[in-house]
Amino acid sequence: MAKGMREIKRQIKSTQNMKQITKAMELVAAANLKRAQTAAEAGRPYSDKLKEVVSSIATGGGSVKHPMLQTREIKRTAYLIITSDRGLAGGLNSALLKRFVDTLKSKHKSNNEFDLFVIGRKGRDYLKRREYPIKQEEVGVPDSPKFAHIKSLASAAVTGFEDGTYDEIYLVYNRFVNALSQIPTVKQLLPLDASALEGTKQAGPSADYEYEPSAEDVLNVLLPKYAETLVYSALLENKASEFGSRMTAMSSATKNATKRIDELTLTYNRARQAAITQEISEIVGGANALV
Amino acid sequence: MSTLRLEIVTPERKVYDKDVNMVVVKGVGGDLGILPHHVPMVTPLKVAPVKAKIGNAEEFIAVHGGFMEVRKDKVVILAESAELGSDIDVIRAEQAKERAQHRLNEKQSEIDHKRAEAALQRALTRIQVGGH
Repeated sequence: MAKGMREIKRQIKSTQNMKQITKAMELVAAANLKRAQTAAEAGRPYSDKLKEVVSSIATGGGSVKHPMLQTREIKRTAYLIITSDRGLAGGLNSALLKRFVDTLKSKHKSNNEFDLFVIGRKGRDYLKRREYPIKQEEVGVPDSPKFAHIKSLASAAVTGFEDGTYDEIYLVYNRFVNALSQIPTVKQLLPLDASALEGTKQAGPSADYEYEPSAEDVLNVLLPKYAETLVYSALLENKASEFGSRMTAMSSATKNATKRIDELTLTYNRARQAAITQEISEIVGGANALV
Repeated sequence: MSTLRLEIVTPERKVYDKDVNMVVVKGVGGDLGILPHHVPMVTPLKVAPVKAKIGNAEEFIAVHGGFMEVRKDKVVILAESAELGSDIDVIRAEQAKERAQHRLNEKQSEIDHKRAEAALQRALTRIQVGGH
């Protein structure tokens, strides 16, 4: 066997191993994606209901004013960035972080104007390396996150808004469209957009509530909760995006590996044939020399 | 006997969904008993067990904060976490209770004190619900 052939054979073998791994990861990501989608759906009744009640108070009362619904002069901004813990998910995190850093550069002149709250190892490492001010971080969030995992981070950001440390809060995450497309999104979390709430108000007799003890007090409890819920649903959506993106990335990696194996096999067969031909011509040449 | 629908929803799932005759909760303004055809209302809740009466039977659910929305024939409780009696580990709750009481007895900053109090309240709620 020629030396080149052994080399090619080894390459085929290692590509095959890689293909097995990417194939397995693709399947795992597909299963996780299904779970993440179910989780996102299971959380929907809660956030829908909360939104419904908040909007009926915010728009029904008329006189109700709450700091969370009002825009004020922006001196300091908080960003809540949601990324994944693990890589191998295509350009998911890098696209999001690039988009985010661009936003930061266009909106702020210095690093003192904002604080970051980061979920996910990828985002934390990236932003830490670039020496952005990270106020709080949360890494190692499991694949099916519970509300408790991000509660402290979310409420820290929301409390910061309430006590006036921040004048606006943005949520940065990957919006899940389908398994093939996820959109890096920078969305305003606080102050809540009252006009967006109005749009969801449903016609019907449910709007006239009595509030105990008062509409303001109820709103005081509800709005922070609502904001935290939005963070949680963004986290769920980002998880779904992560798996979707990983599934796509791994499926194309598997496809590439298959192509590469085919090419290598062809080269290998050619080399084998060439070796055989050479051997025959050597034997024939030798026999001729004897005669 | 007329009934109303009681739903308890958390961000993760629907914990409870049944037709009941009466719901008793602890609101921030005091205890409330909700019967069918109650006036629509919204109120935040304290960390306390929620009692649901079905016929002569009573069911308890540990609800940790959140708020309640009442409609004519439906009560929806939204809480960050809620547990049925069967899901509660009473021994763990007892331990949590002792830990919280221990912390309350030490002199601490106001925030720690509040946190310990909240933990104690949660543990007590769990024990109450789990014991039934």
